Amino acid sequence: MAAVATVPEVRTARLRAPWLIAGVAALLAAAVAGLVVGPVAVAPTDVLGELAGLDAGLSTTQLNIVREIRLPRVVLGMLVGATLSVSGAGYQGVFRNPLADPYLLGAAAGAGLGVTMVIVQTAGNATTPVAAPVAAFVGALAAVALTYVLGAAGSGRTSTSSLILAGVAVASFLTALQTYVQQRNLDTVRLVYSWILGRMTTAGWHEVRLLLPYALVTFAVLLSQRRALDVLAVADDEATTLGLDARRSRLLVVAAASLGTAAAVSVSGLIAFVGIIVPHTVRLVAGSSHRVVLPLSMLFGGAFMVVADLLARTIAAPAEIPIGVVTAFFGAPFFVLVLRTSRRGMTT
Amino acid sequence: MIRATGVTVDLGDKRVLDDVDLEVADGEWLSIVGPNGAGKTTLLRWLAGLAKGPGELHLDGRPVASLRRRERARLVALVPQSPVIPDGMSVADYVLLGRNPHIRALGVEGPRDLAAVHDALARLELVDMAQRVVSTLSGGERQRVLIARALAQGSPIVLLDEPTTALDVGHQQQVLELVDTLRHAHGLSVISTMHDLTLAGQYAERLILLDNGRVVVDGAADEVLTEDNLARYYGAKVRIIHDGGQPVILPFRERREVAET
Repeated sequence: MAAVATVPEVRTARLRAPWLIAGVAALLAAAVAGLVVGPVAVAPTDVLGELAGLDAGLSTTQLNIVREIRLPRVVLGMLVGATLSVSGAGYQGVFRNPLADPYLLGAAAGAGLGVTMVIVQTAGNATTPVAAPVAAFVGALAAVALTYVLGAAGSGRTSTSSLILAGVAVASFLTALQTYVQQRNLDTVRLVYSWILGRMTTAGWHEVRLLLPYALVTFAVLLSQRRALDVLAVADDEATTLGLDARRSRLLVVAAASLGTAAAVSVSGLIAFVGIIVPHTVRLVAGSSHRVVLPLSMLFGGAFMVVADLLARTIAAPAEIPIGVVTAFFGAPFFVLVLRTSRRGMTT
Repeated sequence: MIRATGVTVDLGDKRVLDDVDLEVADGEWLSIVGPNGAGKTTLLRWLAGLAKGPGELHLDGRPVASLRRRERARLVALVPQSPVIPDGMSVADYVLLGRNPHIRALGVEGPRDLAAVHDALARLELVDMAQRVVSTLSGGERQRVLIARALAQGSPIVLLDEPTTALDVGHQQQVLELVDTLRHAHGLSVISTMHDLTLAGQYAERLILLDNGRVVVDGAADEVLTEDNLARYYGAKVRIIHDGGQPVILPFRERREVAET
């Protein structure tokens, strides 16, 4: 059979052109929509022409709105969505747990505590917007580090389940502290809540510059581990006999995903659900190999976040809905839909 | 040539392996037998680098301690007893995992890796199943996929941990025949742990019997599988029948007198 003239090709999992094109197209479409839609009307063709460097005849006001308000917001949405989604995919791979998300190791609780303390201290004065992201970043990273130390202390070495349990304990502890601080300062509770539910309202080039380096590191490290994550899927012992340094790969992925999550949380607040639904949707429609899931989660995660932000600022205009509410409100039913249709498809 | 000396492993405060020596010639099939808890799987895991403990391992005269993880994986492949099967992974992708020690850490598989995967699939008659999801396969098919992964790994030494558990008698024979055919075709050295003593004697060229973490008997099947040895180390009542020189182990039960009224 093997001696037949044409040796049949072995088809292995890899990112194939149609999916890559679909992902890029989704990201571009979302970006254009994000630039065009808003209180001031701008024609899509003019925006595209302007982005292409042509003089599309936009007025100075329109140009300023597109360049200084909508564009940074779209770029930030892409970065936050891509970072949270790819980090979620990384955590799910490393922990072999479909419910693992960027907040699993206590990152959210740590960020929440940090921001709450800053808001309470500064009571929304001019220093809040500067100090809050820093506090969120430090809080998230400190919480993940604490989880890692506790998880390792429990068993002598960091196993998956001891790390997850430590994450749950750290998250509960920090959330309790955060609630206590919040209840002691009821006058600032609204500010704290609006941050916890996530927001893009203050997005500008400053936030983009803040997040970009961390996001790039996260993307680079996680994508470099995409094949290793497939090997890790057979658990540590087998991965070791296949020549993989399982502990090093796990540490790299956890560190990069935590760094990216902390950075995203520090500029956008806690945006729930993205890190779970985007990778899972990709897995259901495009395959479960991390070589497919990681890059596609970045592209579709970025697109998803831009669209969610668009909805957040238009549905109740001129008021804005917290973006975390939008991602959960539209994300949950959409995810159920994908789950149902793909299950049906898989049984045949 | 595999040579292990002074293998000692403690799990907690229990000594599971106690100063075990082992030699396997190139192309030889050695089976490790022994009662439950004798240390069979631990010995296999030590050889695979998974159980830690003092002792020295030389492969072709080279000390394994000096090898990097990837180099070692190119020399020794393990077929685990209860493998972790990832959700949704196809047979082709699963067999490709065996190529990991040959692919650069940040690289992707090349034509040689794909050819090795295809060879392994063809050898085990899995080409038509290449796109099936591993977790949906039957026990016998799954065992073939595992062996294909070890074959794609291209290691001259293959460790099999209870390769026939959970298979019916027909599939047990098929899998062991397959391993034997591959062993001859590729010159593999095979070390297996086996529960079924008759099968162990039929396929392995040499057996070692472990008891309480020590090698108590080492030799050909008819030297190791004797009524005395099995009574002494297994506490088993068996008769050995010789079928064309191969020992067949037959458990027996002493009839009890039925009390008559």
